[in-house]
Amino acid sequence: MEVPILKQGPYLIATIQTALHDADLVQLRDAIVEKVGKLRAKGVIVDVTALDVIDSFSTRTLSDVAHMIRLRGANTVIVGIQPEVAFAMVQLGLVLEDVATALDLEEGLSYLHAKDRQGERAVPRRR
Amino acid sequence: MPRTAKVSVPYRDDVEADVNIRTDGDIVTARRRGRILAEQSGFSTTEQVLITTAISELARNILLYARGGMIALKRVVNHERSGIMVVAKDQGPGIADVEKAMEPGYSTSSSLGLGLPGVKRLMDEMRIETQAGQGTTIIATKWRR
Repeated sequence: MEVPILKQGPYLIATIQTALHDADLVQLRDAIVEKVGKLRAKGVIVDVTALDVIDSFSTRTLSDVAHMIRLRGANTVIVGIQPEVAFAMVQLGLVLEDVATALDLEEGLSYLHAKDRQGERAVPRRR
Repeated sequence: MPRTAKVSVPYRDDVEADVNIRTDGDIVTARRRGRILAEQSGFSTTEQVLITTAISELARNILLYARGGMIALKRVVNHERSGIMVVAKDQGPGIADVEKAMEPGYSTSSSLGLGLPGVKRLMDEMRIETQAGQGTTIIATKWRR
């Protein structure tokens, strides 16, 4: 089951639509990392609204995506973790360390916009 | 082909299942069957997710440590309570030090370090039967509130 990755302006949006096998998730990770370079994207949103289970493997893979994308010079935000899923993750002791999360797609987009504006300010202007 | 009007609701015991765990796809199957059983047993949505997540981790342990095994999903009734029992069985190397395996953060497989203490928190009860070289059986139960 391949996850579609859509380009929306300078951002990529990957919406997971169904439960994924481990291999699918790894394939998604690799596809995102490749596309960020190919499409020169500045940010990535991974929408996990449809996932009813996020276990240790999914957590690690999502966290790997975020860290790999950072190394490629772009930002990642995970959106749509359902309340029950968040509860289960905490009970299990899973943490998405140093990974940005947002409530939904809209919040995710405004997070990426804000990050972009910060980035622009950080670049020294020529006089 | 004529369309079937409605999918029939399975008989009570149809939702109990034994799922062989050999590939990562089997983890997804075990999760799905567990979710159906939890739903049919009257667990809340939140509890369904907790049970499903526990099944996922137990199935993952089987693949990781024993390369294969089985997850059995059963209904249980005890006096006035009812619930679900998840039995994860493998013929792998066994757990050398069960007490240590229950310490938070302990794992012999470097990749995923949470495992059993987390599963115990997701469920209500957990029992481990293991013998070096003989395999491991983990029985985890969740009762309806």
